[in-house]
Amino acid sequence: MSIKVINSGLMTTIQDKGRMGYQASGMQVSGDMDSYSASIANALVGNEDDAPLLECTYLGPELEASEDVLVAVTGGEPKVLVDNKPVHAYESLILHKGQHLKVASMDEGTRAYIAIDGGIDVPLVLGSHSTNLKLGIGGAEGSKLYNGEVLNTGRPTDLAKAIISGKSHIRHTDHGYMAHHHLWQESNHGDSHEIRIVLGPQDDYFTPEAVKSLDGAVYTISNESDRMGYRLEGDIIQRATQRDMITDGIVFGSIQVPPNGQPIIMMADHQTTGGYPKIATVTSADLPLLAQCSPGSKITFKVISVEEAQDIYVQFRLAMKEQIALMDKDTEDAGWPDSRPGVRNYNLKIDGQLFQVSVEEVK
Amino acid sequence: MEAMRILTVGDCAVSVEFGQEISLEINHKVMALKMVLEREPIRGIVELIPTYCSLLIQYDPMDLRYGQLRERLEALVTQLDEVEMPPKQVVEIPVAYGGEYGPDLVEVARAHNISEEEVIKLHSEPEYPIYMLGFVAGFPYLGGMNKAIATPRKQSPRLKIEAGSVGIAGEQTGIYSVESPGGWQIIGRTPLKLYDVNRNEPVLLKAGQYIKFKPITKEEFRAMENEHKGN
Repeated sequence: MSIKVINSGLMTTIQDKGRMGYQASGMQVSGDMDSYSASIANALVGNEDDAPLLECTYLGPELEASEDVLVAVTGGEPKVLVDNKPVHAYESLILHKGQHLKVASMDEGTRAYIAIDGGIDVPLVLGSHSTNLKLGIGGAEGSKLYNGEVLNTGRPTDLAKAIISGKSHIRHTDHGYMAHHHLWQESNHGDSHEIRIVLGPQDDYFTPEAVKSLDGAVYTISNESDRMGYRLEGDIIQRATQRDMITDGIVFGSIQVPPNGQPIIMMADHQTTGGYPKIATVTSADLPLLAQCSPGSKITFKVISVEEAQDIYVQFRLAMKEQIALMDKDTEDAGWPDSRPGVRNYNLKIDGQLFQVSVEEVK
Repeated sequence: MEAMRILTVGDCAVSVEFGQEISLEINHKVMALKMVLEREPIRGIVELIPTYCSLLIQYDPMDLRYGQLRERLEALVTQLDEVEMPPKQVVEIPVAYGGEYGPDLVEVARAHNISEEEVIKLHSEPEYPIYMLGFVAGFPYLGGMNKAIATPRKQSPRLKIEAGSVGIAGEQTGIYSVESPGGWQIIGRTPLKLYDVNRNEPVLLKAGQYIKFKPITKEEFRAMENEHKGN
């Protein structure tokens, strides 16, 4: 089974959960920028959580299926078309032989994820399928996708077989309610998104006033922002000492402050080490949200404690597991209230009690 | 020596810092803690990144919380002096100095008013400790260069420096592990590949080891290069 890349889009790469285990050798982790949306896309087609999939930026690709295949698109609010007709994101779609899937643009957010059942079949390089553009390894020969390229897909999942043969309902999820719909709305403070941060490791390199005013500070994501880092524009962060820092380790979310005082947030393709002091670190639960913020948009920092951040992140991970478990349950359930075509059935958990809900579009 | 500090690096990492200067004594503590954590892993720790003065510890808060990790680390660091370190490992790096492989050797020699041979001698004499790897895959941060050959970076950086190039930047010496732009004074090149994704161990060097440069002729360089290609 294979997928032909009719148009590669602006910047489409193959990613998974990243190349862990080689950072002591100076090798970047790479991997999904919005790990949450990637996981949901994979779950929608019955893939393993870390199956290789496509990450696209702004303008997604146009793909053609060589056989019937199950696909799903998530991340932000992508405009998805099958043979030029709009279809839903955040649900599994049968792409019949010869049909074209197109991720035309993003109504909101920056990055869309396209999962294909069985995952994209590319070689494992040092334990990961993620594309590392700098070293030219992983993904499809270490490069972003190009027009005309053919991508093989892995062994079809049981879910895909069941859905394609009509034995099972398509799978959908409550519109990416965490990273996107829910978090996006909840974090929206007028014209900016709230990004929670934890102070350190080098907050003592900055004046107490600078550290204090970081809480609530608004920054604009500049155009010089990519998978390596987001350069921010806003108030200059004042150093308390001109003492040089000795190079140390960096994580996804580290907020570096170079001598010009304008912070840079290190993203998925960041270097493993760096010599600029890091005033704070973005909380893990807010990284998917940050990955969806686009150049020109504003973010507001909110300082929380490391303990709070861990509570939030653990809840986030458990909620994601539950969201995926509910999808599994949707698929297993035989006696749906309404199985007419066009009707969607959800398992919905409200105050700990499970409800079955059928929704039909008003024509 | 300064006191050890555990610094918070967001909700999935901490940095254990043993001081704020480049010294072997401090770096040994970093390596000792890394070794202890590799020998007796703490459930929840997912990756260790050693640097000059600190060890970055990445962990998963689903398995290990900040307070718990802090407690474990505070107990561990008191025992680091008793950790038996592995014997010193010196990796020999053959280098063809000067000419097409080291276009800046002339400039470095001229800057110090010594002969090219003298630069080669001073550069290939010491055993250089590898404090850490970073910047790109396989790039070693070395200490211990003779200050007599310290030379400022080039006025305008080169757009392309071949992998394996050996250079000087200020009081530092180093080896480019992958092809990249850069402003170091290039005095030679090694036919060894510091980074090769197709090798079992993609990165040749490890933090904690030592490097000794061995001058070779251009003919030896070509022979070794062909040998690697054959493999």
